[in-house]
Amino acid sequence: MFDLDRWNEIFETIRKNKLRTFLTGLSVASGIFILVVLLGIGEGMRNGISREFEQDASNLIFVWPGVTSKEYKGLNPGRRIQLKNDDYNRILLENSDKLDKTSSTYQVWSSVVSYGKESGSYRMDGVFPDYQYLENMSLTAGRFINNNDVEHVEKSIVIGYQVKKDLFREEDPIGKYVELSGINFKVVGVFTDPGGEREEARVVIPITTAQKALGGSNNIGRLYLTLKPEDNFEAAVAASTAFSEDLGEFLRERHTIAPDDNRAININNTLEHAKRFYGLMDMIRLFFWGVGVCTIIAGVVGVSNIMLIIVKERTREIGIRKALGAQPLSIVGMILHESIFVTAIAGFIGLIFSLTLLEFIGPAIETQFIYNPTVNFTVALNTVFILVLAGALAGFFPAWRAARIKPIIALRDE
Amino acid sequence: MIEISNLHKSYRMGANTLHVLKGINFSVADGELVSIMGSSGSGKSTLLNILGMLDEADEGSYVLDGVTIKNLSEKQAAKYRNKFLGFIFQSFNLIGYKSALDNVALPLYYQGHSRSERMDRAMSYLEKVGLADWAGHLPNELSGGQKQRVAIARALASDPKVLLADEPTGALDTKTSYEVMDLIQEINDEGRTILVVTHEHDIAQMTKRIVHLKDGVIIEDTKVSQVRAFENV
Repeated sequence: MFDLDRWNEIFETIRKNKLRTFLTGLSVASGIFILVVLLGIGEGMRNGISREFEQDASNLIFVWPGVTSKEYKGLNPGRRIQLKNDDYNRILLENSDKLDKTSSTYQVWSSVVSYGKESGSYRMDGVFPDYQYLENMSLTAGRFINNNDVEHVEKSIVIGYQVKKDLFREEDPIGKYVELSGINFKVVGVFTDPGGEREEARVVIPITTAQKALGGSNNIGRLYLTLKPEDNFEAAVAASTAFSEDLGEFLRERHTIAPDDNRAININNTLEHAKRFYGLMDMIRLFFWGVGVCTIIAGVVGVSNIMLIIVKERTREIGIRKALGAQPLSIVGMILHESIFVTAIAGFIGLIFSLTLLEFIGPAIETQFIYNPTVNFTVALNTVFILVLAGALAGFFPAWRAARIKPIIALRDE
Repeated sequence: MIEISNLHKSYRMGANTLHVLKGINFSVADGELVSIMGSSGSGKSTLLNILGMLDEADEGSYVLDGVTIKNLSEKQAAKYRNKFLGFIFQSFNLIGYKSALDNVALPLYYQGHSRSERMDRAMSYLEKVGLADWAGHLPNELSGGQKQRVAIARALASDPKVLLADEPTGALDTKTSYEVMDLIQEINDEGRTILVVTHEHDIAQMTKRIVHLKDGVIIEDTKVSQVRAFENV
């Protein structure tokens, strides 16, 4: 291996057979290049999806009641389920150690809001202060509903940016009064929502006011809950899934609903969606791996072919060398040494190119679904070694055969 | 130097067996210049290949410089070829991507000499065949005669006991042929044993002994008075 003369022989052969060397190298380098780039994109897509979920959806669990679909304990199906303040309070009481942000809401889907001559029909939500975080709202002016509003049943209202545009145009709405269902509310804030225009065509008031003033009594429409953060994603998904199940069980029992009736109590667990997405991502990654491995196999086949051609082409030379006293092992060694050297160098070139591409082009990719494509260096390195090994193995058999041909036959080869 | 007795060789060609050598008895003393003649198919090349350990006899004995050549492993054969024999081929058989100097140095590489020694010795043999100025050229930049002289230098490089030449002038014109034969005669004059396979009478006349082969047997083995090649150039 460290025989300087052998190296000289090989460098000379490579120098004198540039095209052959180039073709071998190209097939190896492109194989590695494609594999690494594919793996990088796969990883990038995974990162991109993770980021989407980290940013927007958080770990929201969202509950809304429906209509029973099954007969249970003598009650007919088709019964509409109504959640009450009691449900919400009991959930808070029993899970105070697990819950982070919470809000129950009472909504009126369409209520007329007017200011002066302008009026419009908007969705109205009665909420707790945490609702702002649960819905990812941000304020452009003023403040959100606070605990004082809820406690004292204040007639405060936070309007969506769309509502502000409709009713107030350029005017500053803070401190002005709007009329909602015949009652005057004081505008305390304006919010925007990442959900866009549709989500911004809403108004928000304290839940207590909504229940008292708009005929809600102690009814609630929906529950919004988040759990305290966990150390990692898997744990968060597990905790979230377990909590959703317990919550469903609890509410079904309280409202006398069949345990398997999913339509009466709907629970939307955002993290579980995220997990499904991750599952899909894993599939895509697996697919990329599959494509990558096939590329490598194609590369190996390419190297094998070239090695076969090289040996065939050099049969006469092998004959000459044998006539001059080359031993079979030195012939095999010479061919293998060259093939390993070429595949290794080409493999590393492919590796360096692809890593450079990922390093410099990667961060510049401005797609929603690809973020920071990277590749595990060890994996990439191993792939190069596998390819080199495969190339050596592919070269070994023809080389061995050539070394065993009688020199007289090898010399006759034209 | 070479002792062979009762040498047989046959090739299987499909269902038929072709008996090429039918009991050859033949010996060559140190310093001889022998030509082996015969029409094509007479077995002269086969004999040379067996002498060169490029091929193996079916029957009979072959002793080269006191060593019995029989049932050699590939490794042993390679070692003996390198140590005892130098080959000169009709088609030169130079390695195309190596310079003249590197071609001559190749047997020395397989003898395990250091690079500088290889280059020195190869250069001195190139000088001997008059091609020192062409050391850096590739074979395809040389004329046929020059190629054959490089091949002769290569055959000499390992300092072999016997030179085996298979139709060394077969691919050359008459003038160049004589130049090559002149070189071969010079090398023989220095005491090296040389066997030349040829079918050309004028070339055979330039050796010291002619062995006639016909249908796998020696029909004639005569010493001749050598014609010096340079007189005819």
